[in-house]
Amino acid sequence: MTARVGVVTFPGTLDDRDTQRAVRIAGLEAVPLWHRDKDLHQVDAVVLPGGFSYGDYLRAGAISRFSPVMESIIEQAKAGMPVLGICNGFQVLTETHLLPGAMLRNNHLHFVCRDQKLRVENVNTAWTTDFTAGQEIQIPLKNIDGQFVADARTVDELEAEGRVVFRYLDVNPNGSLRDIAGITNAAGNVVGLMPHPEHAVDPQVGTGGTDGLGFFTSILKKLVSA
Amino acid sequence: MTLDTVKHAGETPDVELPWAELGLKEDEYARVRDILGRRPTGAELAMYSVMWSEHCSYKSSKVHLRQFGEKAPATDALLVGIGENAGVVDIGEGYAVTFKVESHNHPSYVEPYQGAATGVGGIVRDIIAMGARPVAVVDPLRMGAPDHPDTKRVLPGVVAGIGGYGNCLGLPNIGGELVFDACYQGNPLVNAGAIGVMRHEDIHLAKASGTGNKIVLYGARTGGDGIGGASILASETFDDSKPSKRPAVQVGDPFQEKLLIECTLEAYAEKLVVGIQDLGAAGLSCATSELASNGSGGMRVSLDDVPLRDSTLSPEEILMSESQERMCAVVEPDKVDRFLAICEKWDVLATVIGEVTDGDRLEIFWHGEKIVDVDPRTVAHEGPVYERPYARPDWQDALQADDAGKLPRPGSADELREQVVKLVGSANQASKSWVTDQYDRFVQGNTVLAQPEDSGMIRVSEETGLGVAIATDGNGRYTKLDPYTGAQLALAESYRNVAAAGARPLAISDCLNFGSPEDPAVMWQFVEAIRGLADGCQQLGTPVTGGNVSLYNQTGEAAIHPTPVVAVLGVIDDVARRTPIGFGTEGQLLYLLGDTREEFGGSAWSQVVHDHLGGLPPKVDLERERLLAEILISGSRDGMIDAAHDLSDGGLVQALVESCLRGGKGARIVLPEGLATSGDATDDAFVALFSESAGRAVVAVPRSEELRFTDMCGARGLPATRIGVVDGDALEVQGQFSIPLTELREVREATIPALVA
Repeated sequence: MTARVGVVTFPGTLDDRDTQRAVRIAGLEAVPLWHRDKDLHQVDAVVLPGGFSYGDYLRAGAISRFSPVMESIIEQAKAGMPVLGICNGFQVLTETHLLPGAMLRNNHLHFVCRDQKLRVENVNTAWTTDFTAGQEIQIPLKNIDGQFVADARTVDELEAEGRVVFRYLDVNPNGSLRDIAGITNAAGNVVGLMPHPEHAVDPQVGTGGTDGLGFFTSILKKLVSA
Repeated sequence: MTLDTVKHAGETPDVELPWAELGLKEDEYARVRDILGRRPTGAELAMYSVMWSEHCSYKSSKVHLRQFGEKAPATDALLVGIGENAGVVDIGEGYAVTFKVESHNHPSYVEPYQGAATGVGGIVRDIIAMGARPVAVVDPLRMGAPDHPDTKRVLPGVVAGIGGYGNCLGLPNIGGELVFDACYQGNPLVNAGAIGVMRHEDIHLAKASGTGNKIVLYGARTGGDGIGGASILASETFDDSKPSKRPAVQVGDPFQEKLLIECTLEAYAEKLVVGIQDLGAAGLSCATSELASNGSGGMRVSLDDVPLRDSTLSPEEILMSESQERMCAVVEPDKVDRFLAICEKWDVLATVIGEVTDGDRLEIFWHGEKIVDVDPRTVAHEGPVYERPYARPDWQDALQADDAGKLPRPGSADELREQVVKLVGSANQASKSWVTDQYDRFVQGNTVLAQPEDSGMIRVSEETGLGVAIATDGNGRYTKLDPYTGAQLALAESYRNVAAAGARPLAISDCLNFGSPEDPAVMWQFVEAIRGLADGCQQLGTPVTGGNVSLYNQTGEAAIHPTPVVAVLGVIDDVARRTPIGFGTEGQLLYLLGDTREEFGGSAWSQVVHDHLGGLPPKVDLERERLLAEILISGSRDGMIDAAHDLSDGGLVQALVESCLRGGKGARIVLPEGLATSGDATDDAFVALFSESAGRAVVAVPRSEELRFTDMCGARGLPATRIGVVDGDALEVQGQFSIPLTELREVREATIPALVA
């Protein structure tokens, strides 16, 4: 008996098939979820993958957050279901206010694609238990709207509560406040980050690294032992 | 104003139409009247003018392009050849790959962002139209002088456009080129290539057959953008005296195109599509006439049913509009509902605009009146054909006599070091990461290799590791010195790059960028280049699957260097065996494969150090290229080489610098005697490092494999010279100089950002 992880496809989602593959490589069952369908098909967790949903028109994630599937996801996330938002998925999560803050255009105004070093700051979330505290990992980053911002009180709160999950190392690629690459909600079940763990699960492709696999093995352990 | 119907045209033979403004020549207009037996209607004139433009009809190039078919090598790999939206190649295991390179040069100069973006959009639709899922793009670029202020306008816009569109489509950008030369100042070249993958049974063709089948137009609404773009923008030389042509550039919406990809692939999967054509240059004029011309029957279309973005558009404008992100499918009547449902699922607007008829006419109606009644073949395939005069220019001899070998060479080890640093930090040889970091190279999760590797590589099958590689190359300087040889050098380099990555070259696509065909000297370059390419492909066994011709890349009298860009596609049985360029393991032995001669004509050194272009380009030996490729592929498959890098512009030293920096390891080079023989150690080193002799590569061989590797080279007759070892954190050429990798990296990374700052 394995766990079922839903992967949402919005119009303009790009990394849905890659995310399904990463979920399968970790030993989980990947369940495609369609943006118009409220039914979550009894999944145990959900990943919102990267891309340019609705072309990022208006503002990244701003339209997707109103889709029918998100109504169910917001409800379930509040009830404790693990949710991971990657890149555009992270942007959607901030638009829903499941996570605080917002993403601005990168401070250098260009799209950036690079192999990014991160430090794992919190290994107690649903998606990070397979890492060790302070572990340095390397996974691809690719976005144009990746600059994490929030008001000072929110950022202080995130820091104080240990809710900064990932921090950029060596290079801050987009001007994010305090090098923040990913955060979690207070309960630790909802995590969002800009870099792409699903692109670092197979040594034959991408950068050849497999540091992204930990996200998916973490959730597998959590769901199967639960 | 009365509607210019077919009936009206028949009754008013003397009405003057603006055929000249639409780009038709007098004799061409006479031919249209001849074909129709009356004057054309305004709508018919619009169709003929745009379809008979150079861009759509290949009227100046057709007679020469035939060689690609006539000299095509015998191969089982080619499933679909020239003439369709893109060629298709069999790569085994039931998979087929379609690929093509196209130009979007003129629009990208006028409006760099949208011109480049819609270039990507257009080539990707060609790939979808063949039945394939697009899996990667590449972008060969040529820009003006690096320090010219306009380059600062064009380059960032083009890069942002390619990235903005391709990234949003979810297509990894895995290769391409960026070359600067003053000859491209007013005519930058923005070529875009794409690869798609499908199963054999999914191949689709652009033809309308089956009487009663419906014509479905789907995708974006039709607007006023790009009207006349093909005939006006792409087919005339830029001329200051004419009014601004800015509105003729189209605007792209990559989100709409992403939906178009997904909904088209879903319709294929359910076998709903009989024939399909994308709307690119010449829009509906092209799609309807080509579908009908390729099919067995005729076609009737109602323009009133075309969804419009601007309700004031005239029927002529609707026919000519180049609004992006539109496709036309031929669907059996009982499958139309399902087709429309899939479009609705993806929020894609879809409308039945006509049907296949049992006649042989293309008839188009507006407000119930017939405004077009033509034989579609006369529009799409039987346009004018020109045998343009061509002649070897009188300056060619003087150019070739101006031997680069006579240029002053570095006189001391210090000067040699200085020139190495200058070369590798020059705009053409510097790192292109400022560009490539703006492209997503990871999306889709199958990227095995991407820039700055010798070729891009994509995994096709997760189960078996089957993959494809692609490289694009073209050296305008070589081609200017000798068009026949230059075209073969482009082919040879691209072929070599694919083999260096461990893949077996299968087929090519080309984008032929030249000046005005009305200039006999340019026409001679074009004819020679095609002859060289066709002969080369025949010899190497790599058929031309299709491509694109871009003429009129010239401002006033000044044409660009003739620039044939060749894309070679290769296959690799298992991507786990691919060969990267980076030197990654200390102690591995470096071997130089091939022969080094004193060849500096058109070289990077002659350009960077002396601002010189003259002499003859490097010699081509295609049998040697084939042998080198076989060795590189065998070495990769059998684990004898861990890194390989082809030698091209910048010669050995450029390849060593790139491989060292890519792998993060230095190299100690001991140049053996006999590589050059002037007797002067510095001069010998200079020749060894900077010569651009073709048919060469540098490889890193694990010590345990050395004997097996050199035995293989010896047995097959490929010169393999041991030149050093991977070691340390500098590039050291013994007895001459040592340059720390940190210095090389700094110099190479700083150049492009400084140009656009």
